[in-house]
Amino acid sequence: MTWETVIGLETHVELSTRTKIFCSCTTQFGGGPNTHCCPVCTGMPGTLPVLNKKVLEFAVKAGLALNCEITRYSKFDRKNYFYPDLPKAYQISQLYLPIARNGAVPIHTAAGEKTIRIHELHMEEDAGKLVHDPWIDQTRADYNRCGVPLIEIVTEPDFRTAGEVIAYLEKLKETLMYLGVSDCKMQEGSLRCDVNLSVRPMGTGELGTRTEMKNLNSFKAIARAISYEAKRQIELIEEGKRVVQETRRWDENKDATYAMRSKENAQDYRYFPEPDLPPIELSEQYLEDLRAAQPELAEAKRARYQADYGLPEYDSQMITSDSMLARFFEDLVALGTPPKQGANWIMGEVLGALSARAIEPRAMKLTAPTLARLISLVGEGRLNRNTAVKVFEAIFDTDADVDTYVKEHSLEQVNDDGLVRAVCAKVLEANLQSVADYKGGREKAFGFLVGQVMRELKGKANPQSVNAILKELLTQ
Amino acid sequence: MNINTEMVDYIAELSRLELQTGEKQAMTAQLEQIIAYMDVLSKLDTKDVEPMSHVFPVKNVLREDEVEPSQDRAELLAGAPVPNGEAFLVPKAVD
Repeated sequence: MTWETVIGLETHVELSTRTKIFCSCTTQFGGGPNTHCCPVCTGMPGTLPVLNKKVLEFAVKAGLALNCEITRYSKFDRKNYFYPDLPKAYQISQLYLPIARNGAVPIHTAAGEKTIRIHELHMEEDAGKLVHDPWIDQTRADYNRCGVPLIEIVTEPDFRTAGEVIAYLEKLKETLMYLGVSDCKMQEGSLRCDVNLSVRPMGTGELGTRTEMKNLNSFKAIARAISYEAKRQIELIEEGKRVVQETRRWDENKDATYAMRSKENAQDYRYFPEPDLPPIELSEQYLEDLRAAQPELAEAKRARYQADYGLPEYDSQMITSDSMLARFFEDLVALGTPPKQGANWIMGEVLGALSARAIEPRAMKLTAPTLARLISLVGEGRLNRNTAVKVFEAIFDTDADVDTYVKEHSLEQVNDDGLVRAVCAKVLEANLQSVADYKGGREKAFGFLVGQVMRELKGKANPQSVNAILKELLTQ
Repeated sequence: MNINTEMVDYIAELSRLELQTGEKQAMTAQLEQIIAYMDVLSKLDTKDVEPMSHVFPVKNVLREDEVEPSQDRAELLAGAPVPNGEAFLVPKAVD
């Protein structure tokens, strides 16, 4: 029998606000245990949560970008559970009236275009961190992350393959980063994903019993967990057994999922409306303002770079892979850099330098005006490309002034044709064998001669004029 | 709604409570009384009544996203049953 895998995703995304969702504690990553806490986020009795304006704004922006209907009248609910990662014994979340619903995310895979429907998007608070101390056999609770704002994005069961899941997550990550609502760092836990998976005979409409997989911290883990879990379920059914609806944890080291204890599986959250937080009513004006302020997203940028700047699809893809890189590119173009040249520098030198240093574009010191100046010096014939690359390497970490650097190191291109001609003549005289080789049809010898001339001129000559002059002298 | 021992066990498990046999019986009787009272309320026809989640006609209470100093950790931990200077200590909750 052929089986079909059916997958739905629940993705938790940490919003990059300065403060927590219901109190003014910082959301900064790290810090000593319980140093980013106050009575509100540690669940002290008698405290009152107040919603962060920015959280609401970010959630609505994300909802709009994922083509959702925004709920004009929205509320919070209590999700009750007794576990010490949440000191209140409930999580403030949204069940009945989530901020956004019925969205759609177009994805592109090798198999073609597909739309993933978004069931809902809601706001909630993150939980604290529990670390067991075997020495004293007690668990330490650190509430620094408790109350950090999250949005949870729930899809319909529209995925059939791990490839579709990864394509969706990449699209989601790209969208949220362009919106500036999250940094989506999986390794720091700011984007986490639960995978709901079931299998059914190909062609049937009914859904099989699903399991939920947690603890998936990378795209790689997600893909492997999906293939493992689908296989496990198919084998169970083929052996005449049945799939149990349960939560399973992915074990990266064992490359397997295993069921969490039944106590952790007891899911009866007894939701009820959160009385401490008044409802939210959004005006048409509020939504209109946010709609108008939505930034251009990666997909639109890619189309525009190709249409307006004539960039190849590959270049547009590379440059928009990171919103900071795209901004850098647009700044270059605004400063007069020819788009294709700007793109080449970004894809070659900039990405190379970033990866050599293992840093993100947002951490880059080099600014667009500096690189634009460097590129324009090449364009004006005052620096040759090779020297410019050396200058680039020298100033990349400091963003030093290009003109000063070029002047201090006397790197300016030698445009004195008389001088170049003299050097060429001298090189030809000193390398009679190569001249003979070249005349005998060995093209390689020409490259050697060019190299010799460039060496004499300390790499500062314009390669094109060296080529032209050498050719001219050799044909004489 | 019928409150039996299984229901009490289930609620106890959700609430992480360990009840002795005697307590279970007492709890069953008490919960039954409470639920019986709720059953009286359930007889009211509330078909056209919007469930009320908030008493006051307040909406859109929001604060600016501005950081304020967090509480001093020692003060924060002072009320904990078992603090250790850095964290709240709880019985073993993770493997």
